Amino acid sequence: MNKLNFLKPDNQNVSTYLYTGSFLFLIAVFDVFLSSFFKINITSFLPNILSFLLPLIIGVIGLHLIRIEFSGIKKLDLLNKNINTNNFNAVLTLLIIFIIIKSIPPIMSWFILDANIAGDTKEACTGSGACWTYIKIWLNRFIYGMYPNELQWRINISFILLIALAFVGLIPSEKLKKFLTLYYVIIYPILAFILIYYLISGGSLGLEWVETGAWGGLSLTFIVSFFCLIFCFPVGMFLALGRRSQLPTVRYISVGFIEFWRGVPLITVLFMSSVMFPMFLPEDFFMDKLVRVIIAISLFEAAYVAEVIRGGLQALPRGQYDAAKSLGMGYWKLHIFVILPQALKLVIPGIANTFLALVKDTPLIFVVGLLELVGMLNLAKTNPKWLGFAMEGYVFAAIIFWIICYAMSRYSYNLELKYKTDR
Amino acid sequence: MNSKVRKIIPQLITLLVVILIFGFFTFNAQINMDNRGIEFGFGFLSQESSFDVQFSLIDYDGSHSYARAYLVGLLNTLLVAFIGIVISTILGVIVGVARLSPNYLIERTAAFYVEFFRNIPLLLQIFFWYFAALRALPLPQDADAIFGVSYLTIKGFYTPSFVWENLNIFFYSLIAATISIIVIKNYARKLQENQGKQLPVFSISIGLLIIFPLLTFLFGGVSLDFEIPVIKQLSTTGFIYEGGLSIPPELIALTLALALYTATFIAECVRAGIQGISKGQKEAAASIGLTPNQILKLVIMPQALRIIIPPTTNQYLNLTKNSSLAAAIAYPDLVLVFAGTALMQTGRAIEIVSITMLTYLSISLSISVLMNWYNKKIAIKEK
Repeated sequence: MNKLNFLKPDNQNVSTYLYTGSFLFLIAVFDVFLSSFFKINITSFLPNILSFLLPLIIGVIGLHLIRIEFSGIKKLDLLNKNINTNNFNAVLTLLIIFIIIKSIPPIMSWFILDANIAGDTKEACTGSGACWTYIKIWLNRFIYGMYPNELQWRINISFILLIALAFVGLIPSEKLKKFLTLYYVIIYPILAFILIYYLISGGSLGLEWVETGAWGGLSLTFIVSFFCLIFCFPVGMFLALGRRSQLPTVRYISVGFIEFWRGVPLITVLFMSSVMFPMFLPEDFFMDKLVRVIIAISLFEAAYVAEVIRGGLQALPRGQYDAAKSLGMGYWKLHIFVILPQALKLVIPGIANTFLALVKDTPLIFVVGLLELVGMLNLAKTNPKWLGFAMEGYVFAAIIFWIICYAMSRYSYNLELKYKTDR
Repeated sequence: MNSKVRKIIPQLITLLVVILIFGFFTFNAQINMDNRGIEFGFGFLSQESSFDVQFSLIDYDGSHSYARAYLVGLLNTLLVAFIGIVISTILGVIVGVARLSPNYLIERTAAFYVEFFRNIPLLLQIFFWYFAALRALPLPQDADAIFGVSYLTIKGFYTPSFVWENLNIFFYSLIAATISIIVIKNYARKLQENQGKQLPVFSISIGLLIIFPLLTFLFGGVSLDFEIPVIKQLSTTGFIYEGGLSIPPELIALTLALALYTATFIAECVRAGIQGISKGQKEAAASIGLTPNQILKLVIMPQALRIIIPPTTNQYLNLTKNSSLAAAIAYPDLVLVFAGTALMQTGRAIEIVSITMLTYLSISLSISVLMNWYNKKIAIKEK
């Protein structure tokens, strides 16, 4: 039965094909592995182009040989079903495997093997890899901006307090549970504002005043996104209700407001807040630029939140409104106790996406001269003592932002599962 | 009576608040402008701008007016948006389809791409490409030629440009080809409806598209030449390429970042659209004997497009708005040229910021009006 039929392996001669196929496949991977990790080309006797393509050709033949339908071997069937359904898929599979093997050594050497972290000056970076010394020296600035070193405990303490206050909602008994929304929507923002105002900004209670221009780095990213997040949600909710309102004036004003903010880029909104908005205020009235920026971003994001919430409101069946009305509920009672809880539950993913967009938009505040993490990177990059480390800085910031955003999207996914109710 | 009053009072209050806020702002603006001696008006648009823009699609220098500077910025913005939309659509569709691939490795690679690029702020990505990645490119004199004619250097991408003769005749031939394709398509449809015959419309169209322009080359006096970039020494270390088409690094970085970022969102739209088609549709189509290609073309795609197109247009709008980040790397787009340089020179904050915002607003609103019309047109007409 050992008739060699290269074109159509079947379950009559599984073992022959399995061993030949896997052997060829492994040779292909091994060849790429050697050339990638040890820079040895075992096929150097062949013409250039052939030696380059050989692993691919051998690998495809190997995968072709082990593509046996219903072989009866569980693992082989699983493999065939997932990465080896036809020749085209086999080529793609091999290419991806090769690219991964090829890219490991340069990435490893840049990140770790040839990288430097010792020393305090640029001269300490001698390797060809990344210069993490730069990040190490500037880390303080990247986190706290130009905030004076000896006062940084104030930022730490207020952040810890803010996080602690945010977890208050988990503690209280059943009795206090109904005040939770009130707490998160009104009391918590006020407390947060007081904390930031008295502790980080200072100027009273014996604390030295630090102007907002000196704030910066990652802590500013957090402050801006935190406040915008808190403010944009209620505003967006009212706008969504306004857009669904029966009253024409309210509806048209809401529509106009939402469409205006959604139609312009954030950068022009920030331009407006920095150059145009002061013209609209009384002459002797001064508003800090951080406050202006927070208001601008909040209004901007509120329009997006409003559209997301409107989607949830529209998705609710009419029966919910009718049932609540037949119980004699008025407009506000109906919305607070019946409609909004259900609608908000529906739009958790959408809201999370908007919040993610908000966090990703915070670097734009460089327009008005506030330097959060990305702004600080650009400042550090132009420092004459530390020229030429742009790559390290951006990679560092990218990793931090990626972790923040990915964690947020995972959290929203869990939230979505938690509040999922079948209807 | 009672309910009427209850309807009117909230409206009146809202209106009053809005009017008061606007009135307050206008009043302050009036006082502020009086104090600074600025007159509100758009007369400055016709004044000489006296600043240069390094990259412009139309003829422009400092002697032109501010209005023309605005036009330069607008065209540059639209250029970035157009290139970005084309690249991100192609990439997004490929990645979106790859995310549904039965091949585990391909699916994971696509998912990794999406999760990676959409969780990093766009501004950071633009900075990365501009300040880190493109700065690692070789100097003009060290650059290796790509296909022997193009050069990718730290100062931009240099590639041969087309030099046309009698370009208008060529365009006419293209228009003629398009019109005849439409006529043939209609004819083929009628033929199929009336007699059941099918014409190979696709191959005929391709043929027409090739033959018509070819004829203009042979008989219409159209000719095409290439201008190849040539390196030229300015000083001992300064080299520059002359001739051909040069694409500045700002444009490359911006379009690259915008396309890679937006493609992740488009990929998700495409995936959602294809997944939104129920399996029954595919099985039903297969059971009446359609081939896999026909199933995709006649059953899946028409329905999936209905789900895909609205959110994708939204992404196109986002891309256009995000292109304003160009200001961060000094690509002369609308925001940098007009809301940046022109504002600094004239000091007319209110007028210039309003014009800029209105421009973006009208782009967005016109596209969403188009979208609403399209949505109404393709909506499933239920009986």
